[in-house]
Amino acid sequence: MKILVPVKRVIDANVRVRIDASGMSVATEGMKMSLNPFDETAVEEAVRLKEAGKAGEIVAVSIGPSEAQEILRTAMAMGADRAILIETPSVDPATAAKILYRVCLEEMPDMVVAGRQAIDDDAGLTGPMLAGLLGWPQAVGVSRLGIDGGQATAVCEVERGAYTVRFALPGVVTVDLRLNTPRYVTLPGILKAKKKPLAVRPAADFSVAACVVERIALREPPMRQPGSCTDDVAVFAAQLAKALEA
Amino acid sequence: MSVLVWAEHDGLRLDPATARAVTAARKIDPSVHVLVAGAACGPLAVAASALAGVEMVLSAEAPHYAHALAEPAAALLAALAGPYAVVLAPATAHAKAILPRLAALIDRPYLSEVSAVVDADTFERPIYAGSLIETVRCVVPKVVTVRTVSFAPALAQDPVPVTVVAGGVGPGPSQFVTETAVETGRPDLGSARVVVSGGRGVGSAEGFKSVEALADMLQAAVGASRAAVDLGFVPNDSQVGQSGRTVAPDLYLAVGISGAIQHVAGIRDAKIVAAINKDPEAPIFRMADFGLVADLFSAVPALQAELKKRG
Repeated sequence: MKILVPVKRVIDANVRVRIDASGMSVATEGMKMSLNPFDETAVEEAVRLKEAGKAGEIVAVSIGPSEAQEILRTAMAMGADRAILIETPSVDPATAAKILYRVCLEEMPDMVVAGRQAIDDDAGLTGPMLAGLLGWPQAVGVSRLGIDGGQATAVCEVERGAYTVRFALPGVVTVDLRLNTPRYVTLPGILKAKKKPLAVRPAADFSVAACVVERIALREPPMRQPGSCTDDVAVFAAQLAKALEA
Repeated sequence: MSVLVWAEHDGLRLDPATARAVTAARKIDPSVHVLVAGAACGPLAVAASALAGVEMVLSAEAPHYAHALAEPAAALLAALAGPYAVVLAPATAHAKAILPRLAALIDRPYLSEVSAVVDADTFERPIYAGSLIETVRCVVPKVVTVRTVSFAPALAQDPVPVTVVAGGVGPGPSQFVTETAVETGRPDLGSARVVVSGGRGVGSAEGFKSVEALADMLQAAVGASRAAVDLGFVPNDSQVGQSGRTVAPDLYLAVGISGAIQHVAGIRDAKIVAAINKDPEAPIFRMADFGLVADLFSAVPALQAELKKRG
């Protein structure tokens, strides 16, 4: 079984984001960039399926600038077999889904395992949109996954619990962070990854329609001002009681 | 320019999120229709038709529409979407699985987690765990999910007619196996007036019981940080934050929670935030309206005693 895992290079989760000088973008100059945590969970799940003998080949795919090769090497250090970079300075999630669709037509994977959302746009768009483009069954927000005899059984998280679905592969699964704990990358893994194939292709090879959503402004939300602090429980209780009355 | 709202429900009752989605829809256009799809829709469709501003309700009944499985739901919406400028749903877990798939089927752009409607083509939405708000413009027909905490529920009106639609959509490729619903007897996080949340500092599932007792005292919903959930102190559905629930209570009390960006993402719309943490430098204190710097193991029982005194 071949698994395709889309991975995105994002500003690291612990960085405090700022708006850049243009006022319309997030400042990335000099910021720590990382593999999107949800995608890291997706790579880990694919690698575990391979280790369990259920998958034969894992292909990591990223759509982004040349620097995204770093996260593709990370995916390969975790256990992906090869990687593809579709090179473009930046991409919106819908365009990414359409490009991934074209890559899937070439690669013909049995499964796409993707992160549920990217921590920058928080759109949660690419996975289910890709499933729609492919006409494949989907499971979104998966916290438990089983593959058996060409069937996927997935537990999907919802607001007040979870539901379980089953479908025959090929299919698209997007993963919740709690699906697994990703492994640390080891030095032997990193060294092996350097030798694994990484193909770079220009985004122009995949002509997809232009994005019709335009950002016209970017701002910080109103700052909550820090209030008072006390070490006296009685004072705090009085403040709580007042807040509850309001 | 009319809007089709996909109704969220559990087969028995309309989810309160649906009324909020109707409010958002009305800000886009006064002509709002609601689609109720399920195995048996009668009372649900009537309830949807009694939401203020709804012009018409479409009802689609078939066994395979049960459980809001994404493939048949998206196919049904695709069959009906033609005349509508916007297909809209509350940003629930189900809708976030269905609507992007719909967007692919009908080749329309998808905007998720809209937090404000500026006009029919212009929307605000949070990015980077709500650290920033972007304003986006999209002038073509589109598919949208809206943050329920950002819109008040539509009030009541006299019911309007319900139209049964065939849809012409068969069962999809996914089979529903089972579901687990958590019933705590406590208010739901999405609509509770007060939320008491515990974090890593609570230390254990046993320790979490005192957070729950405090919540019960305040008739509050129980929330948690991702750390507390991952450590097994409390089930998944209590998680508040970037990858969990977004809440907007009148009062949010964070107990033993440090206040990382990812957690704060879920509580920015709370009216008042209060925190108990033994670390005076905890980031939560930078956004709390008032705080108690104390060890929660002594502070929470002491707080309960103080509150009991006050009656």
